[in-house]
Amino acid sequence: MKEILSGNEAIARGAYEAGVRVASAYPGTPSTEILENIIQYKEIDASWAPNEKVALEVGIGASFGGGRALVTMKHVGVNVAADPLFTLSYTGVRGGLVLVTADDPEMHSSQNEQDNRNYAKFAKVPMLEPADSQECKDFTRLAFELSEQFDTPVMLRTTTRTSHGKSVVTLAEPVTGLPAPRLERNAAKLVMLPANARRRHPFVEERTIKMGEFGNDLAVNRLELRDTTTGVITAGISYQYVREVLPEASVLKLGMVWPLPQKLIREFAGKVQKLYVVEELDPFIEEQVRAMGIAVIGKEIIPICGELTPGILRRAFNRPEPAVTTVEKLPGRPPNMCAGCPHRGIFYTLNQLKAYVTGDIGCYTLGFFPPLNAMDTCVCMGASIGNATGITKVLSAEERQKVVAVIGDSTFLHSGITGLLDMVYNKAPATLIILDNRITAMTGRQENPASGFTLMGEETFQVDLPQLVKTLGVRHVQIVDPYDLAESKRILQEEMARPEPSVVITQRPCVLIKRAGVFESGEPLEVKIELCSGCKACMKLGCPAIVWQAGEGGKGKATIDPLLCTGCNVCEQVCKLSAIGEKQ
Amino acid sequence: MSDKITNILMVGVGGQGTLLASEVLSETLMQAGFDVKKSEIHGMSQRGGSVVSHVRFGKEVHSPIIPEGDADIILGFELLETYRYLPLLKKGGRVVANDLRINPSVVSTGGEKYPEGIANKLRQLVPDCIILDGLKLATEAGNPKAANTVLIGALSKQLNVDEKYWLAAIGKMVPKKALDVNLRAFQLGRSV
Ligand SMILES: Cc1ncc(C[n+]2csc(CCOP(=O)(O)OP(=O)(O)O)c2C)c(N)n1
Repeated sequence: MKEILSGNEAIARGAYEAGVRVASAYPGTPSTEILENIIQYKEIDASWAPNEKVALEVGIGASFGGGRALVTMKHVGVNVAADPLFTLSYTGVRGGLVLVTADDPEMHSSQNEQDNRNYAKFAKVPMLEPADSQECKDFTRLAFELSEQFDTPVMLRTTTRTSHGKSVVTLAEPVTGLPAPRLERNAAKLVMLPANARRRHPFVEERTIKMGEFGNDLAVNRLELRDTTTGVITAGISYQYVREVLPEASVLKLGMVWPLPQKLIREFAGKVQKLYVVEELDPFIEEQVRAMGIAVIGKEIIPICGELTPGILRRAFNRPEPAVTTVEKLPGRPPNMCAGCPHRGIFYTLNQLKAYVTGDIGCYTLGFFPPLNAMDTCVCMGASIGNATGITKVLSAEERQKVVAVIGDSTFLHSGITGLLDMVYNKAPATLIILDNRITAMTGRQENPASGFTLMGEETFQVDLPQLVKTLGVRHVQIVDPYDLAESKRILQEEMARPEPSVVITQRPCVLIKRAGVFESGEPLEVKIELCSGCKACMKLGCPAIVWQAGEGGKGKATIDPLLCTGCNVCEQVCKLSAIGEKQ
Repeated sequence: MSDKITNILMVGVGGQGTLLASEVLSETLMQAGFDVKKSEIHGMSQRGGSVVSHVRFGKEVHSPIIPEGDADIILGFELLETYRYLPLLKKGGRVVANDLRINPSVVSTGGEKYPEGIANKLRQLVPDCIILDGLKLATEAGNPKAANTVLIGALSKQLNVDEKYWLAAIGKMVPKKALDVNLRAFQLGRSV
């Protein structure tokens, strides 16, 4: 049977065909849809973990119990999961374990573009890299086989174009006859205290050598001999661009990018006149080929930053480029908080209070953009709180009062709790705002421990954020309605002035939550045009429902798009002329 | 089947159903026996940003993204977005565009101006470009939300793919209760 699947759908299918028992993940673009699709296979126990480290630890547990486990995350998620990963490399597995790292060259939705192939080498685990959806499915199956055969976790690396690109996939039947999971003790392998770990390390080194040799005959490392003037070593999506732009060139397509098949590389290098490596981001393969003493051209002509495109390869290899139409500079379409988004009012207020905002990652990061302009730092998930603590340590008592950390509910539970514990423990006088919109909105609205539901849609315990924060030792905890600007301002002023740690929690659901009884849209508001003076106070909210209508002589008026307006009433509160209100 | 690859670029604004339309297109092409690849970026684009979907088909497709300057057809769901992506169009390529203007936030806030006369510029630069009122035709079909299917209908006239594959793909991808409206919308687009 053939279907047209995204890489993520194909990985979910591959996991099903491979007999996976447990799938665990934390959402992150471009990896999120793997778990969202895996729930159609009822044989798999799939769940969102609060962060990637926990997700991997859950997968490790399932593997130690003898079941196959899939763990998925975006590239930066592997930083969070790195601690268990590096030691998992030593213990190896019982049931196969595959860790998907979805990298994001070009940073379509990420804060950096780290190349996670480096993790495979660093953690000494094999890595497969598919080039289309069929390979996403097939390599997932293969990864589980290799994992058990070589007693190692296997990483599967995708990039945004393979994760989200769709192509035709031939489906297969699931494997049968896998051993049933059951307890089996093996402390020498699974208890990594120094005496045991010292014995496992040589095993890891031998494993890497063995797998490199195995790779010389592995079908996914494929030699395609055509014209031998140009030979290209490539992998993943770059392979497709090479085939597109250099159809006549000979290619060594690597399906396993770590460890590398040295014999095969030498054989290929010996057959072609000029050898190139075409790879996105780091010179990962290139450096290894050079270290083998083979002359090769790579980053001299292929950019190290951003993703590749066929056009970039055309220029790198001096191929003809078509003439194109040019157009003048046009207004862009930057993303924006939705109309009625509960984050908007808080950022408007932070801007008014001239707060110094240590930011975090989520929809609320859009508070950085004009006209809100209310974010001063953003590093990684959870960083807002530690950053606020640190910055207060170096400031004068007066400047300290300006420091406010903002974090979303999902991000707080991901990696903010320990930051807050530190803020209390070490008495940092900063203020933290937890923007509780009851969902992980940024990545497409996934459930989390504060939403009260699991990935499977089952009801579950809903963590009580105010209670949690108080238990960590915060003495001043206030709840605000972010749709109430006056109250938000009063409470924020109060807490910012307080020379002690304090937490403000906003409670309003994301306007995109579809489940009944969570978000209810109100009646759209309208502008009484005769009362509008065109002062633009409401435009400072940056709400997409408020539209400026230019008028005669530069004078204009605000109007409200009734199809977008959710009736949150925030703009009504900023209008000094009472020109905004419910429809008469 | 010849070795020629056909490249279709679909562009619009988040929320217009551009991605669903590209799903229908790629399903149609697969059913008709072609190799198909499709690439788009989700993520930040969902929040009112521009949405771009590359669809490529033929005997064997490699790159999932259309090489710069190689698009055979641009199917535009909104005027500014259609115009923005003209540099990707092949010389002599075709354009099917929805006669609709959606202001970007930088225009709504009065900071920048929506360029005037885009439809005329398109007609000048792409002589046999087709501009249709998707919203009006969709309303005629029974639901303004089916404008994306009107555009698919108009695109279907430009491609040599049997009608039955289009109808089967729409039947598969569109929810039951909206099917009749969408089939009407497809036919209205097809007869433009
Ligand atoms: C380590 C890591 N994992 C995942 C992501 C992807 N990601 C960015 S923000 C975010 C969560 C946002 O949820 P929340 O904090 O509740 O804010 P909201 O978007 O709902 O406002 C996720 C999962 C990331 N950037 N880094």
